[in-house]
Amino acid sequence: MFEVVAFYLFAALTIVMFVITVTSKNALYAMSSLAAGMIFISAFFFLLDADFLGVVQIIVYSGAVMALYAFAMMFMDTTKEVKENNPPKKIVFFLSGMIALLLVLILLTPIISDKVKALYPMSDEIGNTEAVGIVLFTKYLVPFEVAAIMLLVAMIAGIILASKRMDESITLKIDQEIEQKGAE
Amino acid sequence: METAFIIETIVKILVVLGLFSALAGFATYVERKVLAFMQRRLGPMHVGPYGILQVLADGIKLFTKEDFIPQGAVRPIFMIAPVITAATAFIAMAAIPMFPEFTIGGYTVRPIISDMNVGLLFVLGVMGIGLYGPLLAGMASGNKWSLLGAARTAIQFLSYEVVTGLSVLAPVMIVGSLSLIDFNNYQAGGVGNWLVWKQPIAFILFLIAGFAETNRTPFDLLEHEAEVISGYATEYSGMRWGLFFIGEYANMFTIGFLVSLIFLGGFNDLWFIPGAIAILLKVFFFIFLFIWARASWPHVRPDQLMWLCWKVLMPIAVVNVVITGIVMMFF
Repeated sequence: MFEVVAFYLFAALTIVMFVITVTSKNALYAMSSLAAGMIFISAFFFLLDADFLGVVQIIVYSGAVMALYAFAMMFMDTTKEVKENNPPKKIVFFLSGMIALLLVLILLTPIISDKVKALYPMSDEIGNTEAVGIVLFTKYLVPFEVAAIMLLVAMIAGIILASKRMDESITLKIDQEIEQKGAE
Repeated sequence: METAFIIETIVKILVVLGLFSALAGFATYVERKVLAFMQRRLGPMHVGPYGILQVLADGIKLFTKEDFIPQGAVRPIFMIAPVITAATAFIAMAAIPMFPEFTIGGYTVRPIISDMNVGLLFVLGVMGIGLYGPLLAGMASGNKWSLLGAARTAIQFLSYEVVTGLSVLAPVMIVGSLSLIDFNNYQAGGVGNWLVWKQPIAFILFLIAGFAETNRTPFDLLEHEAEVISGYATEYSGMRWGLFFIGEYANMFTIGFLVSLIFLGGFNDLWFIPGAIAILLKVFFFIFLFIWARASWPHVRPDQLMWLCWKVLMPIAVVNVVITGIVMMFF
């Protein structure tokens, strides 16, 4: 009973939030509803007893959307509406609609066919943090390590891009020096 | 799903909400009094004996003040931002075991709203969402000072969440669980079993990051009066501002409970002191520490804040995790 109510409530909330994200012209509305939608999604993980994934969803996406906010803050006035300059294209609508339909069909397979079973079902003996760890370090070890290397590459690239003049401190500099730099 | 469970949960939620809202108000009085004592002033004295009713007066003032929304603000976001801060602060408390189990009339009460096995992560994650409050407030206000406050929110909270996560990782490795009840039970054997002796560095790092995450001096750059007027809260008045305030104080209590549970033995009995009182004493000590630090330390500069986080605290936290891992592997 509670599960059903919660499911439909959060399903409706998630869809509404993401619709606002897509349709709104105000960057602040779009990002806030994106963040809210991401957090509402975590409710489904909690409903499925996957507490760990639910919390990870909250932590990862709140941080990730946060970075988007930072960019929006730097690039535009978020209290004003953004003038979008690309007319809607039918082919884009058609393709994205089809992809959405395909995803729904894929997720429906366990209902249609009995032969689709969970490879690593939840068990009561081990907590779901441990369960995630076991799957991650046995079956998915290689993708996990590859992802780690990719993140390392991205991090090093980021450091190199950002650190060109890191040894100079802007705040400790005298104003004159900054003006000189500006004049050059 | 029995009716008893539902009623119990609702009662617990109401108790936590009411108690900590009231405590937040009371904490402002304590803060003013302690600060006054440390600065050789009297603090609030006029309303009631020793100014104790000042809290009530402040409450009436906040509730009756005009709820003002500036013209240039983005209305819905501006209105919802303080609610996010207060709500997340209280939602985070859902997974904190506040006291040991006790029995009323043959009915055993567990003073935790939702006992999930990833309690620690949940509390930290939901507290992390709390940063959307100041961020959205600052961005929706249509005010440059607010925007600066929002920018500072983004960098400060995101940076210090890294330190919180990494510093708490070492105790998690030792205990082998993310449940705060397991943390408490691990330290059941008395003062010698407290995790603070095994993880003193993690304890200090977590506490420092806690100051930054609750936006307390010396890390209260978000609303640094001398630099950005009142930061993200510049345009707020009345109860919307009050919600930010309640959120901040509720977060202080959450950090107090977390530090007590993770490092200082939680709600286990301490010598002759029963567990429930022991944890209250610990939490109130940390509230006092927050105020004490506010009275003793000046604000830091934003660049000093980032330097401290990324060049000092984060490397120490990583080294601490690595050393803990090595020690656990061989001993």
